[in-house]
Amino acid sequence: MSEEIILDIKNLQTVFRDEDSEVRAVDGVSFSLPKGKTLGVVGESGSGKSVTALSILRLIDHPGKVEGGEINFKGKDLTKISDKEMRSIRGNQISMIFQEPMTSLNPVYTIGQQIRETLKVHQGLGKQSGNEKSVELLKLVGIPSPEDRIKQYPHELSGGMRQRVMIAIALACNPELLIADEPTTALDVTIQAQILELINRLQDEMGMSVIMITHDMGVVAETCDYVAVMYGGKVVEYADVKTLFKDPKHPYTVGLLNSIPRHDIDVDELEPIRGSVPSPKDMPKGCRFASRCPFATDLCVEELPSLDEIEDGNEVRCWIYSDRWDGDPEVKEHGPKRTS
Amino acid sequence: MFKFVVRRLFQLIPVLLGVSILVFAMMHLTPGNPAKILAGQGASAEAVANMEEEMGLNDPIIVQYGNFLYDAVTLNFGTSWKSGLEVSKEIGPKFVVTVELALYSTMLSLFIGLIAGIVSAVRKYTLLDVSIMIIALFGLSMPNFWLGIMLMQWFSIQLGWLPATGWGTPEQIILPVITLGTAGAAVVARMTRSSMLDVISQDYIRTARAKGLKEGIVIYRHALKNALIPVVTVVGLQFGLLLSGAVLTETVFAINGIGGLIVDRINARDFPVVQASVLVMAVVFVFVNLLVDLTYKFLNKRIDLD
Repeated sequence: MSEEIILDIKNLQTVFRDEDSEVRAVDGVSFSLPKGKTLGVVGESGSGKSVTALSILRLIDHPGKVEGGEINFKGKDLTKISDKEMRSIRGNQISMIFQEPMTSLNPVYTIGQQIRETLKVHQGLGKQSGNEKSVELLKLVGIPSPEDRIKQYPHELSGGMRQRVMIAIALACNPELLIADEPTTALDVTIQAQILELINRLQDEMGMSVIMITHDMGVVAETCDYVAVMYGGKVVEYADVKTLFKDPKHPYTVGLLNSIPRHDIDVDELEPIRGSVPSPKDMPKGCRFASRCPFATDLCVEELPSLDEIEDGNEVRCWIYSDRWDGDPEVKEHGPKRTS
Repeated sequence: MFKFVVRRLFQLIPVLLGVSILVFAMMHLTPGNPAKILAGQGASAEAVANMEEEMGLNDPIIVQYGNFLYDAVTLNFGTSWKSGLEVSKEIGPKFVVTVELALYSTMLSLFIGLIAGIVSAVRKYTLLDVSIMIIALFGLSMPNFWLGIMLMQWFSIQLGWLPATGWGTPEQIILPVITLGTAGAAVVARMTRSSMLDVISQDYIRTARAKGLKEGIVIYRHALKNALIPVVTVVGLQFGLLLSGAVLTETVFAINGIGGLIVDRINARDFPVVQASVLVMAVVFVFVNLLVDLTYKFLNKRIDLD
């Protein structure tokens, strides 16, 4: 990768501790994002993808804590800077939109007030100029009659409209990085497509980099340049989007792709990933996917594989691609195959 | 909004009608003959009978209620049986004293309770939070007459800083207001804490933080306004309780308030004074609750009053 890297995460550790237990929600996550590109972070619930995103902005709630690793944003380690400096980055250089548009806006303030607030804190805009900019932003995200909307309260808007408002707030200060945490999960399918299209369009216009967190492979295919697949708090595969769909390497990625229902294939042939994510309080010492992996050997159960680059820019955390692996020779030769 | 207020004022009518029936019935069902009490221990049977006739106690009960209602509607509550003074003149000044006491106490409750509750919520599960909640538990559990006596003992008698009795000067106001406001402050603190904790875990608080706002602004602008609604409800109800519950505090500090007056006149079976006092209290209570409802609308435009 020769492009300029805007975000580079190294060995991120985010841990939730209370008196008698600790949960390593994010356990050694590393990935990087080239400027102007979109990185998809994919995984099931509990894989640590949202926690990774919140860790970047240092928005992890008590008792969670980033305990190790680096988050380099434009050469600055976000885990080391002061709270004040972090605040000047949030909503300004790095913005975030969330999964739940229905509850992500404060019900007691108008749309205009909530957009103006960001403009005021980062750009010092007053009421008048803030209002003008707010109208402009609402226009940008495709909200009709924005002059009226800024006087309305969130409950007067639909879910799709609210998500557009959230995007307008996020874009208010022309951020260099937008983190979208399942921005379409709570929306109707038709609205989902509109919102994704909007994010794509704005990214092109403004030259932002985007981290798209999702569990939806369809969203990944539509929006992302690179993909990090997460499982059990770790990245198990990192590849560009074409490679990932054409030639997935990790059995979990293959499983994810196999479990997508397709209209041209009979439901009987759908292949779910059996079992469920191991409890984060009780992570296995070997590969975290071993208990659900059809190809797992003793080595997989005993020892955690490392994330290694096996092809140009394609990193996988799997024993299959190591000389030490002694499972099915067929799989070793050709890798796990997509059935659909 | 205007429509809502008008409708609420009309709702006053059935409420007050109900209150008037209740207070009238209670006074008349209470054993003891007002005429006999008024005439005194040694009065002759004839004198008592005359007195009964004069007071209208021999009229059918319906007529008596009708007269009372007519007097109330014309805002002329007649004269006190005990003192012979006009009822309005008798309860007016005392009522003002009690409303003042309740109002200042409520303000104190709100001020202390909100600050303590917010601090507790923001510093949840710390030593500070636990200490505040334990103090609040004490404040809530302490009978206020006892608190009054203790405050008086300490600040008036031992230290001599503040007067022990009376009402009017700023020095006289301090101890009774603390006495009456402490329990309310405790309730408000606990309510604010739980309401704030609930709000702080909401998505829009995370949004506010993600905008790069300072934590203080997140708490006071984004969380508090949402957390206030249950607190306002409690404060409204509390104010009603303070109006009627002030009698103990009034007694401890020898304050001439409406509470003491009602107790005194119940014993004397002074029907006109008791009935008028209770009615006026009911009106104030309804108005305070109207104010509470209007505050909801101010806090959260989503609430549809109509």
